[in-house]
Amino acid sequence: MPLYHDDDQAMLAETAQQFMGDEGAIGKQLRHWRDRECKDGFGHDLWKQMAEMGFTGIIVPEADGGLGMGHVEAGIVLEEIGRNLTPSPFLTSSVMAATALAAANEDARGRWLPGLVSGDSVFAVAIDEGPKHRPERIATKAERSGNGFKLSGKKDFVVQGASADMIVVAARTSGADDDEQGVTLFAVPKDAAGLGHNSVRLVDSSMASHLTLDGVELDGDAVIGEVDGGREVLNRVLDAGRVGAAAEAVGVARGSMDMTIDYLKQRKQFGKLIGEFQALQHRAAHLYSEVEIARAVVIKAQQLLDAGAENASLMASVAKAKVGKAAGLAVKEGVQMHGGIGMTDEYDIGLYMKRDRALAEFMGDVYYHADRVARMSGY
Amino acid sequence: MADLDAFRAETRAWLEANCPPEMRQPVRDEDDVYWGGRNATFKNDAQKAWFEACRDKGFTVPAWPKEYGGAGLSPAEAKVLREEMARIGARPPLSSFGIWMLGPALLQFGTEGQKKHFLNQIARGEIRWCQGYSEPGSGSDLVSLQTFGEDKGDHWVVNGSKIWTSYADKADWIFCLVRTDKTNKYQGITFMLYDMASPGVSTKPILLISGNSPFCETFFDDVKVPKSYGEDIPGYVGEINRGWDVAKYLLGHEREMISGADSSERGAGIGASLTRQAGGELDPILRAELAMFDVDALAFSAMGEKFLDEVKVGKAHPAYSNMMKYAGTELNKRRHELVMSAGGSTALEWDSEETRGGAAPRAWLRTKANSIEGGTSEVMLGVVAKRILELPGA
Repeated sequence: MPLYHDDDQAMLAETAQQFMGDEGAIGKQLRHWRDRECKDGFGHDLWKQMAEMGFTGIIVPEADGGLGMGHVEAGIVLEEIGRNLTPSPFLTSSVMAATALAAANEDARGRWLPGLVSGDSVFAVAIDEGPKHRPERIATKAERSGNGFKLSGKKDFVVQGASADMIVVAARTSGADDDEQGVTLFAVPKDAAGLGHNSVRLVDSSMASHLTLDGVELDGDAVIGEVDGGREVLNRVLDAGRVGAAAEAVGVARGSMDMTIDYLKQRKQFGKLIGEFQALQHRAAHLYSEVEIARAVVIKAQQLLDAGAENASLMASVAKAKVGKAAGLAVKEGVQMHGGIGMTDEYDIGLYMKRDRALAEFMGDVYYHADRVARMSGY
Repeated sequence: MADLDAFRAETRAWLEANCPPEMRQPVRDEDDVYWGGRNATFKNDAQKAWFEACRDKGFTVPAWPKEYGGAGLSPAEAKVLREEMARIGARPPLSSFGIWMLGPALLQFGTEGQKKHFLNQIARGEIRWCQGYSEPGSGSDLVSLQTFGEDKGDHWVVNGSKIWTSYADKADWIFCLVRTDKTNKYQGITFMLYDMASPGVSTKPILLISGNSPFCETFFDDVKVPKSYGEDIPGYVGEINRGWDVAKYLLGHEREMISGADSSERGAGIGASLTRQAGGELDPILRAELAMFDVDALAFSAMGEKFLDEVKVGKAHPAYSNMMKYAGTELNKRRHELVMSAGGSTALEWDSEETRGGAAPRAWLRTKANSIEGGTSEVMLGVVAKRILELPGA
């Protein structure tokens, strides 16, 4: 498969670019909801519009009412979301929760997927248990109780947790905290007794929950996949999240870079356009090179995931780490090259820096993934 | 798709039958590389057998048309062959500047007669070419070159000198940029082809910091260069005084080649093998540097694949090879810094047998030229800024 978008994908990219550029624009969404201190951090109307576009169910199988496309296509939408800093539940609901639900039985799919596809529901995923991403360690307990389970523990960085109708929770049904096996995924409804949210606003104006599970009682049919065999599904959710977050960060990087290059062509100092200075030209060219490489490896990882390739998970980590570096560079150079105006809230470049910081942490930062690449490579 | 699968199976079987086990080992020494030419010798029978099998199959230049000595493979088939060769670690059967540089220029700008004559010689490894571009006073500012060809009707008389001529002392012929009009900077250069055995040509190897001498200074003292070598075989490529167009086209190729975009080695991780060599443990900070490098290397391999895929269908920006050259060479320099650090004092040994004559430090020093030759990193960044980012006054 050639490593670029085919005609259908290029068409989707055009559609997504136009839609996000119009409806998902910074002024219309991010600033709008931020300035109103919206408790969701995003607009439900936009989420419904995204459903009308078919985006919400993009990777949901056609048999379940979705478009049955892959991570390449989801990534196309995510790149435009990133470029416009559009707040939406797309990554957690349409990419990660949808990946988890693909492993669920028919009843569960019938219960949750119609709401996802129609844009009436929002989903979240609860994996982290602490300020850093350590999915190898799952301590939240799920004990047998009657013909179901009782969940106890706490989860952090549950993006849009308080807005979600259902949260996919990774919990331990057997073994020690660091065991690979013994993990089970649960679909926890928002009104479950014992479920507590401490919803906090993050640096990028998105909302995330510290979740407490205080003896949350669930039926046996809340299990997604197999009891004790959730690690495999969790790994798929993680890979989808890594590659998805990387795709969105590529959009952030490109949006920030385009804005900065434009600025270099407009701003005059010392009687010259600042883009004429070689010191800035070389840094801009280096940045371009890093962002292009990051984008290439993200598309590669998407294709490998869609093909179910053996090295897909390795390349998912390579992609997340590489984008972490490249997008970080893009926003830092963005603010620096804008100079003083880049420090103002009025100007959008700082918003890119904030969003990049949140995306860099989500699903593991560059250090986590570089370490994982080393471990997977055998050193 | 089915056709490609069939081609893959066929290719795999052919390689199995024709690529000797010795030719599936990594290149270790300079004479492991076969360059062809009038005075070429083979290191061993395996190298000879592998070269001849590929030559007869057209696999020394798989994507060139059959009538010019290639196998006429489509881009997709050529990619399959590359993948299958990489899978078994097959060495290139023939390396040459004829394949990498002059061939593409002739395919683009040559006459039919030139293609038939020169391309077949290159494909069959009969003539070894070298490239005359840089001059002592013309490095990054190549177009300022001064080597001059005086028009004498049916020939030129060339005087001047070139520098950094790779393997000029071993080459049979040279493709050379020669000024033929002193009044026109860009449209006053001719891309000439001539025999290095011509009277008046002399070469002097340059000893590098690596202790090796892959480059020469090359001097031309009243060298007679014919304007024609026979019917439809001009002694120059393209038009007289329009050699800069050919040179620019070729620089793109050269940059692509130096970038290592199609090299499986350039895009591979090194952390695992260096850790093994070090006996299983490295300083944690060095391990971290290796991990960060491996991320960059694996990402660059995807970039290389994407770039080549896009080139094939004409989707790549014409200046993209400059970015690839910059990124690929900077990566390679970093790779060899890490090889040296992981190797410790062993990697300092300059000529011991155990270190194959100081292979690591010599390779490390050699890589320092990567970001200079074929256009410096600074020139590459300037080109990207000007032609891709369209920054003002660049």
